[in-house]
Amino acid sequence: MAQEGNRSQDSSYSDECTAPHYDGQDRHSRSCLMTTAPTTDRTALVRAIASQHLADRGPLMPVLHEVMEELGHIAREDVETIADVLNLSVAEVHGVVSFYHDFRTEPAAAHTVALCRGEACQSVGAEALYDGTRARAGSLGADVEVAEVFCLGNCALGPSGTLDGRLHGRLSAERLDALTEGWR
Amino acid sequence: MTAPTGRVFVPGDAAAVSVGADEVAAAFAAAGAQVVRNGSRGMLWLEPLVEVETDAGRVGFGNVTPADVPELAEVVSRRSQSDLLDHRGCVGVVDEHPWLISQRRVSFVRVGVVDPTSIADYEAHGGWAGLRRALSLSPSEVVQEVTDSGLRGRGGAGFPAGIKWKTVLDTASDLKFVACNFDEGDSGTFADRMLVEGDPFTLVEGMTIAAHAVGASEGYVYVRSEYPHAVAALRRAVDTAYTHGYLGQDVLGSGLTFDLHVRVGAGAYICGEESSMLESLEGRRGEVRAKPPIPAVKGLWGRPTAVNNVLTLCAVPMIVSDGGSSYAELGTGRSRGTQVFQLAGNVKQGGIVELPFGVSLRELVEEYGGGTLSGRPVRVAQVGGPLGAFVPVSGFDVPMDYEALAESGAMLGHGGIVVFDETVDMARMARFAMEFCSIESCGKCTPCRVGSTRGVETIDRIIAGQDVGANLVLLDDLCETMTKGSLCAMGGLTPMPVQSAIKHFPEDFEPQEIEPSGAPV
Repeated sequence: MAQEGNRSQDSSYSDECTAPHYDGQDRHSRSCLMTTAPTTDRTALVRAIASQHLADRGPLMPVLHEVMEELGHIAREDVETIADVLNLSVAEVHGVVSFYHDFRTEPAAAHTVALCRGEACQSVGAEALYDGTRARAGSLGADVEVAEVFCLGNCALGPSGTLDGRLHGRLSAERLDALTEGWR
Repeated sequence: MTAPTGRVFVPGDAAAVSVGADEVAAAFAAAGAQVVRNGSRGMLWLEPLVEVETDAGRVGFGNVTPADVPELAEVVSRRSQSDLLDHRGCVGVVDEHPWLISQRRVSFVRVGVVDPTSIADYEAHGGWAGLRRALSLSPSEVVQEVTDSGLRGRGGAGFPAGIKWKTVLDTASDLKFVACNFDEGDSGTFADRMLVEGDPFTLVEGMTIAAHAVGASEGYVYVRSEYPHAVAALRRAVDTAYTHGYLGQDVLGSGLTFDLHVRVGAGAYICGEESSMLESLEGRRGEVRAKPPIPAVKGLWGRPTAVNNVLTLCAVPMIVSDGGSSYAELGTGRSRGTQVFQLAGNVKQGGIVELPFGVSLRELVEEYGGGTLSGRPVRVAQVGGPLGAFVPVSGFDVPMDYEALAESGAMLGHGGIVVFDETVDMARMARFAMEFCSIESCGKCTPCRVGSTRGVETIDRIIAGQDVGANLVLLDDLCETMTKGSLCAMGGLTPMPVQSAIKHFPEDFEPQEIEPSGAPV
């Protein structure tokens, strides 16, 4: 029953818009457009991304990654659009989005520090660095998120972390300050 | 003797990049040098390790910074005879470095040596010989070579690869798959990442041989999202292999059709468990499947699927080109071939040590590792990832092979070794093992989902000094339930670090006496 309800929501949604031509080459302009784009453009883009993967086996994960890359997060409306295109229930798509740490449902902060809390990094002080950085996130910049990650595969050069997605090793509070200078 | 001949190698490996290799490479390029972005040699404490090609071999310089580059680049451009070996940071001819020459590099033989983007370089260093030989053999002959080699799954379970492949080969189906588990999530492991970043064509070749051997037409590599450099290196290698006829329709004119897809995970540790990985590839939550049926019979989309780890598949080209028996000559007992050990954590000389099975943990930590980075005495090493045992220094003489480790209550896992100094609090580490399980559990079975949370709470009470004796009994009982009742290794092995910590370091679980000042005595 729940699935039926979701479905009818989906189709009423899809009636409102028509998917425009999707040009796979034009990544940059789409990214810029979408930060302020109205809902219908967002829907059209998500629909186009999902449609491109219809012929793949198990298309959901690649579609979700591409939506993340293009739009920064997966909104509730995107879940409905993807479910509609891939012929899945909204519950199935929501279940996958909520299972994986990488898929966010809200926009990210302006800058993200992700610090490794794996055992190898812990052995060289990662827990203190993580706790300390969380406590002083505001000192790194106005809109900074401090997240945890479990292993970046840089276990001989810890503590490791990423700053806006870029990997750094041998981190310390001082190095974090230096590396985030441009954020302030 | 050591005149530079032109090229400068600056690793593009993620570990090297994490300590400034990109900036060093850019500085060399700006100075007009011909820069090759190779993989890492695995001597990670020296990164960025720059190598300057000379007529005496490639001369290495450790921990190079952009500020060092102008002077080095000037020597390279002049191609002068000036003695590079006297230059600051020089570690000599890298191929003759004692840390490397004492190793037996089989899987890592090309890593750090070749240009990972060059298919010609790959072929010049022995690449594709295994595939060419495999295609001249019948599938069952290839499976036999792998069986003869004694190769066992390098992901951690150690299951004989040849037997797995034979099951897939013997299971009739119009569609079969090979899947590579590249979800290397264990803290302290990075061999899969470094191999693929430094020598990606080996994985392509290994998977194509596997496809021929088991009768598969499609392959999937599941790479964790924390490895963007590896994803890029692998995708580039797959595209190049297609262009050169090593993938796709009629591979090398043999009639084999094999399509290889690279898929990316999304930050779930559990997807390194093979059935969770299959679920994720199919586009679902990464929840563990009950076995049987095993993936070799019913795997991806219900079809027979050979699921292997990166290191397993990357050993295959050499096994097939040189014959299974040559690989089987290495190693000890039922652990044949080489193991890629990864030295990590609080260790002075961290990196990749590939040796035949049987080397002792002491030799790895003390001789290759050189002790701790902090300079304090080593207290413990965790072997085999977050689900592996804590081994105290008194147990370091154990030979590193599957059986000897199992006998001592530990496991080899994926070959990662995380070193801790004397400041480590083992009760905190035991708590972390339970906490990690509670964060990363897929939630399908109760012992893992609920047991891990109860484990954190129980250890918290022990740390707080509440009913320590009774809570230790309760914790032991909980560990037994998780070990015996969990669906997969996540819940089933989380007790291993917990119980080994309690067994070897009981003093860390005893109530701390508090002085009036509040400081522990």
